[in-house]
Amino acid sequence: MRLSLNSRLSTISALLPALLVMLVVYIGATSWTVWMSLTNSRMLPNNNFVGLRQYELLLGNDRWITSVHNIVIYGVLFVSLALLVGFLLAVAIDQRVRAEDTIRSIYLYPYSMSFVVTGLVWQWLLNPTLGIQHVLRSWGFEGATFDWIVRPETAIYCLVIAGVWQASGLVMAIMLAGLRGVDEEIWKAARVDGLPKWRVYVSIIIPMMGASFATAAVLLSTAVVRLYDLSVAMTNGGPGIASEVPAKFVMDHLFERANIGLATAAATTMLITVIAVVAPYLYWRARKGEVR
Amino acid sequence: MQKSNVDIRSLQIGFGGLKVLENLNLHVETSEFLVLLGPSGCGKSTLLNAIAGLIEVRGGEIQIGGRDVTWAEPKDRGIAMVFQSYALYPRMSVRRNMSFGLTVAGTPRDEIERRVGEAAQMLRLTSLLDRRPSELSGGQRQRVAIGRALVRHAGVYLFDEPLSNLDAQLRAELRVEIKRLHARLGATMIYVTHDQIEALTLADRIAVMQGGVIQQLDTPKKIYREPVNRFVASFVGSPAMNFIPGRLARGSEIAFIAGVNRVSLNGYAFRSQPTDAPAVLGIRPEHIELTAANDPSSVSARIEMVEPMGADTLIWCRLADGTAFSFRHDADAQVRVGDTLTVCFPADALSLFDETSGQRL
Ligand SMILES: Nc1ncnc2c1ncn2[C@@H]1O[C@H](COP(=O)(O)OP(=O)(O)OP(=O)(O)O)[C@@H](O)[C@H]1O
Ligand SMILES: [Mg+2]
Repeated sequence: MRLSLNSRLSTISALLPALLVMLVVYIGATSWTVWMSLTNSRMLPNNNFVGLRQYELLLGNDRWITSVHNIVIYGVLFVSLALLVGFLLAVAIDQRVRAEDTIRSIYLYPYSMSFVVTGLVWQWLLNPTLGIQHVLRSWGFEGATFDWIVRPETAIYCLVIAGVWQASGLVMAIMLAGLRGVDEEIWKAARVDGLPKWRVYVSIIIPMMGASFATAAVLLSTAVVRLYDLSVAMTNGGPGIASEVPAKFVMDHLFERANIGLATAAATTMLITVIAVVAPYLYWRARKGEVR
Repeated sequence: MQKSNVDIRSLQIGFGGLKVLENLNLHVETSEFLVLLGPSGCGKSTLLNAIAGLIEVRGGEIQIGGRDVTWAEPKDRGIAMVFQSYALYPRMSVRRNMSFGLTVAGTPRDEIERRVGEAAQMLRLTSLLDRRPSELSGGQRQRVAIGRALVRHAGVYLFDEPLSNLDAQLRAELRVEIKRLHARLGATMIYVTHDQIEALTLADRIAVMQGGVIQQLDTPKKIYREPVNRFVASFVGSPAMNFIPGRLARGSEIAFIAGVNRVSLNGYAFRSQPTDAPAVLGIRPEHIELTAANDPSSVSARIEMVEPMGADTLIWCRLADGTAFSFRHDADAQVRVGDTLTVCFPADALSLFDETSGQRL
C-alpha cells in the first residue's frame, strides 16, 4: 500500500508523542538502569565503571537469593492456583445459576481492591492471635493451628493465598467469557455422544480455551514480577527475610539502603529473566501467526 | 443397534410463557426418511431436540423403537444427531471426533476402529482422518459430523438443517450423498430443513409445519400436487403456486369464475360437495398450458415479463381483472412482452381453497 506524503506525515505526527514516551521513558530509563548497575553508585548516581562487580555481590547476597527463591515458589503456585480457582469459579457460574450477576460481582470485588488493602486484610486473617486460628479456637477447636504467617518456611505461602484470593475473580471473568463463546451445539453433540460433563470440560472445552488461558497467564505473570506491595503490607518481608521478593529488594536498596548500584543490578537481572522467558513465547506467537 | 420407529403422542413443549408445540402427534415408520419442513421459528428444531432428549418436554410421550424414552438421557435413546453448525470438537482430529464418544462409552478398541474405518470409507474421509476440523472445508466438516453420527450405529438419525451452511453446489452434492446413505443403511432418519428442494428430493414423507402445528404429513408428490391448505400450497414449490381469487358456480357443470374468465372444473376431485361460494384457485406455473383462442375454457392474458431460466422460461402474465400469474414454458418459446396469449388451467392439476379458511375444497 502506498500512502501519500501528506497522510504519512499525519500518521507520524499522531504517533510521535507515543514514540517519544517510548524512547525517553522506556528505552532511556532502561539503559540508564543497566548503566548504573555497572557503576559503584551508592546514594547518588555516579559513573565509576566497576564492570560486573555489583552482580557478583548480588549473587552472594542471602537476601537476594531468598527473594529469587520466593518469587519462583510464588510465581508457580500463584499462576497455577489462580488459573485453577478462576476456571472452577467460571465453570460453577456457567451452570446457569440464579443470581449470576450478583455472584459475578462478588467474585470480582477482591480485584478492585489495592494490594495494600488485600495484604492488610489477609495479615489480620492469618494472624494467629487475631484471625482464623483465634476464631477456630474460640469455637472450641483447641488444637486448631494456622500460624503459617509467623513461620519463616511457610510465610511465602501466605502471600500466595492472598494473591490467589485477589486475582481469581479476574481470571474467572476471562474464563467465563471463553466458556460463553463455546457453541451451544457442541454441548448438545457431547450429550448425544454420552460424555459426562467433567469429561467435556477436560477433553473438549479446555483445549478450545487456549486463548483465554494464555491471556490470563500473561496478566498473572506480570503481577508476579511486580509483586511488591502485598509483601510489604502482609509480612514486610518477614519473619526475618523469609518472604522477601525481588521487587522489594530493588526498592529497599534504591531508597532505604542507598545502594543504587546493587539495586539496579537486581533490576537488570529481573529484566533479563523476563526477556528470557517472554522472547521465546513472542517468537512462537509470531511463527504461529505466519503459518496461519 | 436395531432400526427403530418413532412415535410422538400429544407432545407439549414451551419456553417460559411461550408455547412452541401443543398436542403434537407424529409417527415415523422404521427405515423411513421423514423431513420436517417449515419456515423459520415454526418449531422444527424444538421437535427434533425433544426427540433427541436435549430439551425437556412439558407433556406427552415419545417412544423410540416401542420404548418410552420421554425422560431418558440422549445417549440412551438409540439416536445420533447431526447439527447445523457441525459442532465438531475443534481440537480433536477427525478420527478422534468420530471415536471419542465410543471410547468414553467403553467400546472395545478394534470395534471402534472398524466402525470409524467403515464410516470414513462410506463418506470418503479416509485420507482426512488425521486432520483437525479447522483444516477441512465446510463440506468435509459436515461429512465428519455425519460420520460421528454413523459410528454410533443408532436406530434413528436426526439431522438439524445439516446443509444450510454450505453453498448451493456442495449442498446438492451432499444431498445426494445423504440419500445414498439412507438407501444403504436403511435407517430411520428425521431431517429438519426449510429448503423445500431438499425436502422434496430426500423425503419418503414430508411434515410441513407452521406455528408449531403439522399442517400436512404426506409423500412429497401428494404435498406438491394436493396441498391441504393455502399455507402448504404457497410454501412448497418454486417458482410458487399462482393464486387466483374468484368464486365457484354450479350450472350445467361446476366452474370457477374469475371476472370474465370461466374455468371448467370438470375432473377436479372435490373433497366435499361444492357450493356457490368465494374461493381461491391455485395452479402451479408448470401446469398451465397454452391453448387455442377458441377453446371455451381458455383464459387470455397479457405478457408482462419473461424470465429465461435455462431449461425453460418463466412467463409472467396479467389477467384482464388485474390478477398476475406466472407459467413455465419451453425455453424456445417465441413470446414478447406485451403480447396477448390464451392459456388453460387443466382441472386435474388445480387446487381450490376456501377463501376464508384456506382449506382445500
Ligand atoms: N431456548 C429457548 N428459549 C426460548 N424460546 C425458544 C428457545 N428455543 C426456541 N425458542 C422459540 O421457539 C420457537 C421455535 O424455535 P425453533 O428453534 O424450533 O424453530 P425452527 O423451526 O427450528 O426455526 P429455524 O428454521 O430458524 O431453525 C421460536 O419461536 C423460538 O423463538
Ligand atoms: Mg432450527
